[in-house]
Amino acid sequence: MGELRLMKGNEVIAEAAIRCGCDGYFGYPITPQSEVMETLMTLRPWETTGMVVLQAESEIASIHMVYGGAGAGKRVMTSSSSPGISLMAEGISYLAGSELPCVIVNVQRGGPGLGTIQPSQADYNQATKGGGHGDYSLLVLAPASVQEMHDFVILGFELAFKYRNPVMILADGVIGQMMEKVTLIEQRPRWTNEQIQALSGGWATTGKTADRKKHVITSLEMDALMMEKYNLRLQAKYLQMKQDEVRYEVIDCDDAEYILVAFGSAARICQKTVQIARAKGVKVGLIRPITLFPFPDKIIAHYASNVKCFISVEFNAGQMVYDIRLAVNGVTRVEYFGRMGGVVPTPDEVEDALNQYF
Amino acid sequence: MTEEIIIAGFGGQGILSMGKILAYSGVIQDQEVAWFPSYGPEMRGGTANVTVILSDEKISSPILHQFDTVIILNQQSMTKFESAVKPVGTLLYDPNGIIHHPTRTDITILRIEAARLCVEMGNAMTFNMIVLGAFLKAKPVVKLENVKKGLEKSLPERYHKLIPLNLEALEIGQRNLEVVHTANAL
Repeated sequence: MGELRLMKGNEVIAEAAIRCGCDGYFGYPITPQSEVMETLMTLRPWETTGMVVLQAESEIASIHMVYGGAGAGKRVMTSSSSPGISLMAEGISYLAGSELPCVIVNVQRGGPGLGTIQPSQADYNQATKGGGHGDYSLLVLAPASVQEMHDFVILGFELAFKYRNPVMILADGVIGQMMEKVTLIEQRPRWTNEQIQALSGGWATTGKTADRKKHVITSLEMDALMMEKYNLRLQAKYLQMKQDEVRYEVIDCDDAEYILVAFGSAARICQKTVQIARAKGVKVGLIRPITLFPFPDKIIAHYASNVKCFISVEFNAGQMVYDIRLAVNGVTRVEYFGRMGGVVPTPDEVEDALNQYF
Repeated sequence: MTEEIIIAGFGGQGILSMGKILAYSGVIQDQEVAWFPSYGPEMRGGTANVTVILSDEKISSPILHQFDTVIILNQQSMTKFESAVKPVGTLLYDPNGIIHHPTRTDITILRIEAARLCVEMGNAMTFNMIVLGAFLKAKPVVKLENVKKGLEKSLPERYHKLIPLNLEALEIGQRNLEVVHTANAL
């Protein structure tokens, strides 16, 4: 059993990073996630575990520092909020193209542009459909509690190295700023250079010795046929993720006539809506995608023939709703309800939206 | 037991830290807790509010439209949150600076003159703890001894010498709670 604390989601990202043996954090401050670096700077892990914490000159610099660290087989990460993630998009595409493991945290705020500092989920498409150029996918985890902010840093590094792929933790300002109880893992050691050489299975640039071939980290391939082959390998990897890594939570769906689908803090709000509506005798359930890529389409399809309507509840103009429609494939009705630009709906607003579809 | 509370007023009144101390006290009492702030970019002078939920059960939404208790510490918050008290819920407010006093009859309305009392104590910093004391008199959702432990947990060590003053403020709050109106039971 680990240590029980009362912490903000953002603070927990920092604690979890240190405790799981992260080697480096590179970031640039932006509301509503500045507490991540603030907490790291307060905890001074370079004096204990040897973890590097560096405030780069920009988000662009920080994502490329992540590229460098990841290329050396180190467990490295960054965090930002929406406009900062847009600045990182090029670097994220390069990381995916070079098959480098890392964890990227996006504590979303309202956009587009500079937007607002209030919570949002408007980066769903950016996170799950690319964001940068090229045919790539990130593994995207959507925490709905402060405990999951902690757990997904640890899980994120595991998955990043399992697939040699960047993992994004797609949080939002609510989860980042909220305080809840959290159980922290015990401190784990950072990997030694020998462990990195063993674990990275012949790809990390750990320093060429006379007895091995050189390791090259690149996303460049001038031969189109070779590049296509390389793309096919990436796609095979994404297919593997779709088969093995889908995560979701199902609440009260077995007898449900209506199912709300929501991720992150929207799912917390919907949980309350389910409680309120169930108390009035409405048969409503909730599916919470935990992985946004790979999307839990099979479980949604499983319930499609039983329900009158799915309602996608999002803090955006309706982005995930299209993934639900693909999963449902016309079998039943799929609608959207949401608020935008930093406004967060209350449980009764979601209930009113639900009532419209009776 | 589930108690859903919002504390609303100006930035600088110690609203977020009051919520934090309440949340820490809940943790010490082995409750589930959620603390969710809402504030603008200003450090002081803007409106600020914080939702605190204490419960024996797992907490669902930290975003709520109705509260068991609404604690109001300025006029803007009165305008915004009087209607957010659940029927038969509780509204606790400091009349200092309030022009339009609450008018609902289906809720319990309580007053604490914390702004005056903290000046009398000679320390404006105790304002929020006077309010917290009054709240806990009305709704003893956490034990005072756990609030003391909560203070120890939430305050940095260098401020621990101020704990006795804060405890005194809590007591002053407890003694000076006034009942304006009692809601009829449903």
